[in-house]
Amino acid sequence: MNPEQILFILFGAVSLIGAIAVISFRHPIYSALSLIVTFFAQAGLFVLLGAHFVAAAQVIVYAGAIMVLFLFVIMLLNLGTLSVKGAMGSKLKGFAIILGILFAAEGIYIAVKAMNDTAVAAAEPATEAVTITTYQIGELLFSKYLLPFEVTSLILLAALIGVIVLVKRESQEEN
Amino acid sequence: MALEYYLVLSALLFTTGVIGVLIRRNAIIIFMCIELMLNAANLAFVAISRSLGEATGQVFVFFVMTVAAAEVAIGLAIIVSVFKHRQTINVDEVNSLKG
Repeated sequence: MNPEQILFILFGAVSLIGAIAVISFRHPIYSALSLIVTFFAQAGLFVLLGAHFVAAAQVIVYAGAIMVLFLFVIMLLNLGTLSVKGAMGSKLKGFAIILGILFAAEGIYIAVKAMNDTAVAAAEPATEAVTITTYQIGELLFSKYLLPFEVTSLILLAALIGVIVLVKRESQEEN
Repeated sequence: MALEYYLVLSALLFTTGVIGVLIRRNAIIIFMCIELMLNAANLAFVAISRSLGEATGQVFVFFVMTVAAAEVAIGLAIIVSVFKHRQTINVDEVNSLKG
């Protein structure tokens, strides 16, 4: 086993265990902390794949900004005592898990199948360690994908205004 | 590391998110599971981008991250206002729109 395989198994196992912990802890705070572990492990996987900029963005945007929002809301709502009771829907839980296993089987089948007869498989296999540089990403982002890039800025603006409107209406009703 | 291992891991992470959405009743945890699914998609994007030697997959990861950030901001604001009105974020109890 070369170091890359060992690191893949390590990060993959940590991210999978973290993901399972997210859905099995009863208290939302523990779920949020497990989700941070998962995000860090995935950042490790991105580094293994040579996507250093994506890994940095993952840590800053997901593990940083988004998780701070989650933790802030969990602590703001003080859900500890409320949510623990009946945290799991009991009626259809078994059914959901069976469906999930079927779904996983399908996903794995597609993932393996993709290696045989698709465009991805037909392309030159894993040209040795082509690290995609931030320069390349930036070049694509500001030339070929300029319009989608501008649209994402509109999405962020819409989200910003939406949040302000939601919160503002709340405080007006209270007055 | 072959591409298919990353794709299988991505499928497993996505499934974990799907199961979480199905079995949990806490709206915040359902949101976290949606984040898990978006991240699994990001992993597949980066793995395929690596295997094709093209940067496009990584560009799309940034779009996914932007959408996720916007979604979390709006979603958590909605959860906070639902909580203020109903004193609960259990999705089974918030069923006024149920036919």
